[in-house]
Formats: sequence, structure tokens, C-alpha cells
Amino acid sequence: MSGRLEVWLFAAQRLSAMILAPLVLLHLATMIYAVQDGLSAAEILGRTRGSVFWGGLYALFIAAASVHGAIGLRAVLREWTPLRGAGVVAMAFCVAILALGWRAVAAIT
Amino acid sequence: MSIFPAHRNHPIYWAFVLHRLSGLALALFLPVHLYVLSLAIGDGGKLDEFLDWTANPWVKAAEVTLVVLLALHMAGGLRVLALEFLPWRDNQKTLAAFAGATALGFGVLYLLNVV
Repeated sequence: MSGRLEVWLFAAQRLSAMILAPLVLLHLATMIYAVQDGLSAAEILGRTRGSVFWGGLYALFIAAASVHGAIGLRAVLREWTPLRGAGVVAMAFCVAILALGWRAVAAIT
Repeated sequence: MSIFPAHRNHPIYWAFVLHRLSGLALALFLPVHLYVLSLAIGDGGKLDEFLDWTANPWVKAAEVTLVVLLALHMAGGLRVLALEFLPWRDNQKTLAAFAGATALGFGVLYLLNVV
């Protein structure tokens, strides 16, 4: 284990958290507003299709969540399980979230 | 060895455990959430089929739980950032309680709007 790597991961985890906090707050507010009359594809897509604002926001959300989730998963695996290769699992998670996430953003914008 | 020995039975330790478990649950849920959103490719017909399923009360209950977990992880994370980056303050248990209250508040707001 490299001490330098741990410092970078610590910094990336906190930086991604600072990006995520306001985005999550906005996401919570949007959800509470959007479910009032029930959800439909037309309602969701009416808000997001062609919107640079929502597309950019969700793309940033995905990037930050992929990094944040991967580092958190690595910590949980290393500290709470005897599994080796937590770093590999974390990297796979990060790539999977980026791929699934940006595909989802492309689908709704 | 128990992971909860007596010296860890403290509100701030429980705040740490809840932060971890909520983060883990969100990490497991996220790929499913993103996959469902990608069903909107095209005219959104497949997404509508899925959304019809979410009218089930059990699915709504799961949604409320996820909202609480998301709000809990956000508020608990802000508590951690305050602990690490702001000057020390003695009201750590109050901050943890505030995080819990924030999560429950968002859960109630979502519940009231989704039913």
C-alpha cells in the first residue's frame, strides 16, 4: 500500500463529496417536486431532452459519483472483508458507473 | 470479535456505521437506477412500462427508503467534512442528530408527495 496513493484517494473522496453534496440536494428537491403528479417518461424527458443544463449537471453527477462510490467501496472491502483486490473491484465499479451513467444521460437528453 | 464492542456503542460510532451502510446501499442501487434511466432511449416506451410498476406500494416504500438513505449519506457526509475541515466544535452529537433529522425530513417530504 502506498501512502501517497492513500492521500490522493482521501483528497479525491472529499473533493467528490463537495461536488456531490449540492447535486444531491438538487436531486432530492427535483424528485420531491417531480413525483407529485406521478412519474412518466414524457414528464421526465420533457424536463431533460435538449437541456444542456440538466445534461451537464447529470454528467458531472455521474463523474463525481463514480469516483466517490469506487473509493468508498474500496474502503469498505479493505476494512470489513478479508477480500483481496479491493482496488480492482473499485476500478471496475468506477468504469461501470461511468459507462452506465453517461449512457443514461445520453438517453434522457 | 464483535464489530460492536462496548467502547464503540456511541452515537458518533453509529453515525459512522450508518454513513457506511447507506453509502454501500447507494453504490449497489446506482447501477440499477442508471440502467432503468437508459430505458428512455428512443420514445421512452420501455421506461413507461417500468414506471407503471413503480405504482406498487412496496416499490414506493423502497423509494422512500432510498430517499432517506441518500439524504442520510449527504447530511452525514457534510458532518464528516465539517469535522475534518472546520475548527473543532463540541456539539458533534448535535451535528449527527441534525444529519439524522435531515434524512427523516426528506423521507417524510418524499412520502407526502409520492402517495
